[in-house]
Amino acid sequence: MAQPAAASETRPWRDAASRPFISVRSLIKRFDDFTAVSNVDLDIYKGELFCLLGESGCGKSTLLRMLAGFEQPTSGAIFIDGEDMARVPPDRRPTNMMFQSYALFPHMSVEKNVAYGLLREGVKKSEAYARAGDMLRMVKLEKLARRKPDQLSGGQRQRVALARSLVKKPKLLLLDEPLGALDKKLREETQFELIKLQETLGVTFIVVTHDQDEAMTLATRIGVMKDGVIEQIGEPREIYETPNSRFVADFIGTVNLFTGKVAAVAPDMMRIETAELGDVRLPPQTGLTYGQQVWGAVRPERFALSRTRPEGAANAWEGVVEEMGYIGHMSQYRIRLASGVLIRATQSNRLRDEDPISWDEKVWISVQPAAFRVLTR
Amino acid sequence: MRGWFLPVTVTLGFVFLYAPIISLVVFSFNDSRLVTVWGGFSTRWYGELLRDRQILSSAWVSLQVAFASATLSVVIGTLGAFVLTRFSRFTGRLLLTGMITAPLVMPEVITGLSLLLLFVSMELTLGWPAGRGLTTIIIAHTTFCAAFVAVIAQSRLRSMDESLEEAARDLGAGPVRVFFDITLPVIAPALVAGWLLAFTLSLDDLVIASFVSGPGASTLPMVIFSKIRLGVSPDVNALATIIIGFVLVAVLIAGWMMRRAMRKEM
Repeated sequence: MAQPAAASETRPWRDAASRPFISVRSLIKRFDDFTAVSNVDLDIYKGELFCLLGESGCGKSTLLRMLAGFEQPTSGAIFIDGEDMARVPPDRRPTNMMFQSYALFPHMSVEKNVAYGLLREGVKKSEAYARAGDMLRMVKLEKLARRKPDQLSGGQRQRVALARSLVKKPKLLLLDEPLGALDKKLREETQFELIKLQETLGVTFIVVTHDQDEAMTLATRIGVMKDGVIEQIGEPREIYETPNSRFVADFIGTVNLFTGKVAAVAPDMMRIETAELGDVRLPPQTGLTYGQQVWGAVRPERFALSRTRPEGAANAWEGVVEEMGYIGHMSQYRIRLASGVLIRATQSNRLRDEDPISWDEKVWISVQPAAFRVLTR
Repeated sequence: MRGWFLPVTVTLGFVFLYAPIISLVVFSFNDSRLVTVWGGFSTRWYGELLRDRQILSSAWVSLQVAFASATLSVVIGTLGAFVLTRFSRFTGRLLLTGMITAPLVMPEVITGLSLLLLFVSMELTLGWPAGRGLTTIIIAHTTFCAAFVAVIAQSRLRSMDESLEEAARDLGAGPVRVFFDITLPVIAPALVAGWLLAFTLSLDDLVIASFVSGPGASTLPMVIFSKIRLGVSPDVNALATIIIGFVLVAVLIAGWMMRRAMRKEM
């Protein structure tokens, strides 16, 4: 087993000196008057499992298709392992793609599907089938090698597609909604299999998905896309804890957003004045000036609920529980404050014999100053 | 009202469509020389048919024409359909779309006449095709059959998942390789259906063939038509029955293939 590597080795993007494996520079793609991808810059490092996350139509699939060579960029450049991909057709690129529809050849057996890429590469027939067999064993489908795709279940097809796209040992594997067609339970199992496979083979993955849970579970880093632009690139934790815009904060998970102005900036403290919460005290943040319009973002689980006013809390407000939902491992609350704003909060149910705060109760909610994320856009 | 309306209309519909054909089939087994008088069951007209050199040779001409033009029109129709479905923008695309489907709506008399004029002037200027005969009929039939094949192939190509072709490109196959490895096998059932349809259409055609055929090459429909003008003889009934049998089988197979292709797609 490999020793735990230094942070710069497992997280090369944190080290300014490391060389990216895939570089996308000022990439633009226009279809007639519609701009699908506008001015994207992106660096992806070897061995990463990078997720492009966004709603349908945000340009993530177009970006993926440009990496595969199915779409020609209107302008900009793509480098894979230092090589310019501008004039390289899809059949000559060191990439393989797993399609959303799987795109298994219906007239070929599973085995032939998987061996197809190797045969096109000029690998001898016996060797191609042997390697296809190895790959099928890896995805636990060796018994179904002779079946046709229409004799397989959805999950089996997904694994054939994965085997077919990995058999040529591409430098880069592009996966378009790889788990989109599977049901929830199977999807969760497959997520971890995918990570394991990626770690074993050491292939760089770029996954396109609209499912934020999937992205959070799979990714080493996530690129959140909107209207053809990458809004933020970061590790799952960064994206969740330090979103750079209201869009990202709202898109990943649930968030309470408050509109306000910077009311005071001191070396050890900062105060923002919000319409919904009144004055809020926060640790100081650089780059903010007095009077600037800002938004405060707080995740629901960061609120603490109590029946009495918490001692010494910098930020606490009184409200009434309007809605409460018991999920099991946690409870969701909607609390109406005196200002009229509705706060979404969750509490984890750690104790079995707790007396839970319930409907119509008066409660105090408080939040640590550091739990506030101040956004400027 | 509901109780009798549907069965009556359905029966009337079937009678309207099939009574003439059934009477033709029945009278082909008539022993009597008179077409309208039943003289007992016999297969003598089928035997007589086999001794009729003119009929046999024209049947051979028709089969040759049908086979050749069906095959050619599958090639041309498929290429046309492929270009129209896979290349979204090129100069003359609209014109090609129109021209490929024009023979479907063009009156046969016009098609026949225009082809005749073309062949005559080609012979005068190019020296080919020398005279009219088998070749000219094949060319003429190919032009209108290709339109039908193109329509069938086009709908199949449209419904085909294009990511199949992209996947093959992605796995290292060049565009030509993809066409033969992936596209062709996937649309094959539709092409077989198209071939059978083209075959039947060619076998049936009287009008266009009459315009462009020459002395040595009469197709079966032409011979039947000329025979009828001298009075209906029972052996024509027998011949027609055989043709109906052929066409029926071809159409059934074509329909079955198309249905199977559709189901595969889903």
